[in-house]
Amino acid sequence: MLEIRGLAAGAGEAEILRGIDLTVRAGEVHAIMGPNGSGKSTLAQVIAGHPAYSVTGGTITLDGRDLLDLEPEERAQAGVFLAFQYPVEIPGVTNAYFLRAAYNALRKARGEEELDPIDFLDLLESRLKLVGWGPEIMQRAVNSGFSGGEKKRNEILQMAVLEPRLAVLDETDSGLDIDALRIVADGVNALRAPDRATIVVTHYQRLLNFIIPDFVHVLVDGQIVKSGGKELALELEARGYEWLTGVPETSKA
Amino acid sequence: MAHRGAGDLQGVNEIYAEAFARFTNNGGGQGPSILVDRRRAAFDRFAQTGFPTIKNEDWRFTPVTPIAQGRWKFGSAAVRQWDSGAEGRSLQALAPFRLGGPDWCTLVFVDGVFNAEASHRPPLPDGVTVEPFGEALRRHPELLERVFAQVATSDVTPFAALNAALAGDGAVIRVAAGVELGTPIHLLYAMTDQARDAAFHTRTILIAERGARAQLIESYAGIGEPETRSFNNVVTEVVLGEGSWVEHSRIQRESVAAFHIGLTSVRQARDSHYRSFSLAAGGAIARHDLQARLDGENVETLLYGLYLGAGDQLVDNHTTIFHDQPNCRSWEVYKGILDGKSHAVFNGKVFVKPEAQKTDAKQTNRNLLLSETAKVDTKPQLEIFADDVKCTHGATVGRIDEIAYFYLQSRGIPRAAAQRMLTYAFAAEVVDEVASTPVREALDRLVRARLGTAD
Repeated sequence: MLEIRGLAAGAGEAEILRGIDLTVRAGEVHAIMGPNGSGKSTLAQVIAGHPAYSVTGGTITLDGRDLLDLEPEERAQAGVFLAFQYPVEIPGVTNAYFLRAAYNALRKARGEEELDPIDFLDLLESRLKLVGWGPEIMQRAVNSGFSGGEKKRNEILQMAVLEPRLAVLDETDSGLDIDALRIVADGVNALRAPDRATIVVTHYQRLLNFIIPDFVHVLVDGQIVKSGGKELALELEARGYEWLTGVPETSKA
Repeated sequence: MAHRGAGDLQGVNEIYAEAFARFTNNGGGQGPSILVDRRRAAFDRFAQTGFPTIKNEDWRFTPVTPIAQGRWKFGSAAVRQWDSGAEGRSLQALAPFRLGGPDWCTLVFVDGVFNAEASHRPPLPDGVTVEPFGEALRRHPELLERVFAQVATSDVTPFAALNAALAGDGAVIRVAAGVELGTPIHLLYAMTDQARDAAFHTRTILIAERGARAQLIESYAGIGEPETRSFNNVVTEVVLGEGSWVEHSRIQRESVAAFHIGLTSVRQARDSHYRSFSLAAGGAIARHDLQARLDGENVETLLYGLYLGAGDQLVDNHTTIFHDQPNCRSWEVYKGILDGKSHAVFNGKVFVKPEAQKTDAKQTNRNLLLSETAKVDTKPQLEIFADDVKCTHGATVGRIDEIAYFYLQSRGIPRAAAQRMLTYAFAAEVVDEVASTPVREALDRLVRARLGTAD
């Protein structure tokens, strides 16, 4: 489903990703782990088309379609969803308005009719349950004044409504307490399906206790240095990243 | 503050002297003799100063040459009486500019003249009067005597003087002591195609007596051809008695070819609360001066503004807050959204007198540029003569954050729609400050329609 071949990317002069190869098949959950500065967040953002990064080599295809040729909104319309590490606050625009605009933009791209506010509310109800929220949240401005945990939950809510083919979670666990972590993980697990795939980018193994990955990849200095099953995450938890990087983690930026 | 308008002052004199003479001869100077005297003094003042030029610091960025050199038709006599039944023009044309429900009192002025047929005047509580000028002169001349050209004095700007001399119609509103008016009053000043090349001088007066509560909306709207060129020179005077509460909204959406010059002067007695929301969306040149004098202790003044520029529009907001007394608070947020080759000017003056200790004043001006060619001149001007005060100001000019764009686009929303949504979000922050729910909702709909996020 997702094929990444020889991907190289950077920001300005800095080279961050140096030849990434990754294959994700439908139904799979892949965890991308690595020390700070390894490029794992960059990989997540490059898949979604973040404007701060330029791709200098390689390809990314989703269902055979070249993503690198597409604008971020076209990638979303092709089925990509990025759960942001730092979701953006949009004061003045309600969650309800924003989510419906996004949902309808995707429908429109598929040639389907837009959903009116009433029908959309019905759809929302079940998705809100998934993240343990009542309808009040929909009248609040998008992420505006939200706590860190609320912002991450809101990302999961958006994912649940937009039902992407490929969900990429960029350090969604950072800054979450155990209860929030569980809610986020429950949301992700509920959306696992044979025709969808998930990439979980994380620094810690903790999240992977709740979202069990099929594959774990370790990224160091912009390259995947080791891949394995879920037991690799446990090994990293026990031994740290040092045995893979050759450098004590504390000395890395 | 006024400047001699160089070489064309002679021409200005003749044209306006004739206009003033005609206005007076046609009965425009009716009313108590004290008003006649005030008009005469105002005209003399204007004749002496002429129009301001860009050499005047307060008009540096706003050349009014096209207004000064315009050969305007003056007063209602110059404009063929608006016939609501005539072809192409009907009461229907006003419909999109009406606000609120049947319980709102709405006075409609068409091309500078009160129109009873288009107005809606439900019964008002005892102690509340909402009258067009003619009625007020007959029934409540004392209100005009008390306020006319006394709050917005003729030395504020040459335009204020010109308005005092020529103001032939307008509205006089009084809310008596202790009366709380639950529903808003809407004054709709509409310009039709008949307004082409005509000049208008309407004046609005609002008196909220001790402990009164009122909500006023002033609308200035072009309802004819979008390119109708007219010159609208309006003045509003607001008097707040002790402990009164007034929310005052101003919606300016005249034709993009119109010239709009407005002055709002506010005087607040102790313990009063005045909040204003000013929306400027129309006009080739749109200038609004808002001046609030905090003339008692424990006064609160909240000024919110939103200006939307596109094409070649010039939109200028000058605000002045006079902190004359101790223990007062003023809070000001003006935001601008500029597209095309539009040009915005913001000048925010805050004067704090030596005796105005414990003043708390905050001023913010934020501008969003949507094009490479739009520009903004913003200038805070704080003059503080008291030592125990808290006064801050800040101004920003920027563009939509690329990360915000990316966030919306990553959800499938195309860039153009993302821009509209983020622009609306920027505007909504000030619209949300309007206290009255029906007024806020009406303004929100208007801003949404304008910014293309109507639902």
